Amino acid sequence: MSDFAICLAVSAALFTLGVVGVLVKRNAIVVFMCIELMLNAANLAFVTFSRQHGTVDGQIFVFFVMAIAAAEVAIGLSIIVTVFRNRASINVDDVTMLRR
Amino acid sequence: METLLYLVFGLVALVGGVLVIVNRNPVYSALSLVLTMFAVSALYILQQAYFVAAVQIVVYAGAIVVLFLFVIMLLNLGDQGNLPAASGTRRFVGALLGVTFAGIVGAVVWEYASTAGPAAAAAGDIDHTKSLARVLFQNYLLPFEVVSIVLLAALVGVLALIRTHGRGLDSSEADNV
Repeated sequence: MSDFAICLAVSAALFTLGVVGVLVKRNAIVVFMCIELMLNAANLAFVTFSRQHGTVDGQIFVFFVMAIAAAEVAIGLSIIVTVFRNRASINVDDVTMLRR
Repeated sequence: METLLYLVFGLVALVGGVLVIVNRNPVYSALSLVLTMFAVSALYILQQAYFVAAVQIVVYAGAIVVLFLFVIMLLNLGDQGNLPAASGTRRFVGALLGVTFAGIVGAVVWEYASTAGPAAAAAGDIDHTKSLARVLFQNYLLPFEVVSIVLLAALVGVLALIRTHGRGLDSSEADNV
């Protein structure tokens, strides 16, 4: 098993862990952490392919993903804080107004 | 020898990812996330993406996870934060979907990894920070500027979200002054 395959397998497994976490967890903050896990898996795949192809373009994309992730976390956490102010809860099962 | 390091850090990353999900306490989840970030950063170093590895530690472990911990401690959830994972059926459906997804992604990775072979192209000088900057500021200058606008939009959005509709200082805190 080559190093390349190991990195891709780790990336796929991390992404799956993130998906399962988003589906299973109820604490909104932990759901956000699982989204970070998925972004990290994508970054790992970017760097791995970048190395494989001998170009730096993949690493450039990692920077963009990191910048968007930082913006997303700031917005997401402020949404969580606002929801907590209104509902006194961060359980994602308590925020179902859009479903009705 | 190097393959062993890949395996070790890959396993550490996966263990950290599992701990993020398994832990009940969100603070422990955040610390497990740091473990995963460091292991992924080590994988970057093994692939000679040194600058990306440094940025990974500074931005993720240094800024994003600290932001998570800050919010956890700001909300001061106590026992309310230790929510049980989910009901039995939802856990079952989540696991089922996870296994299905892992199968699909694993099949694609297996396909690619077995066909592409070990053709690691001229890996010598692709990872200098200088060449990275040259590509970023020449080929990707427009996306770079767009990202800076996105960050500004996020900043404004956060302020708009957190703002309490003009009653920031007048009603509650004016009494204390």
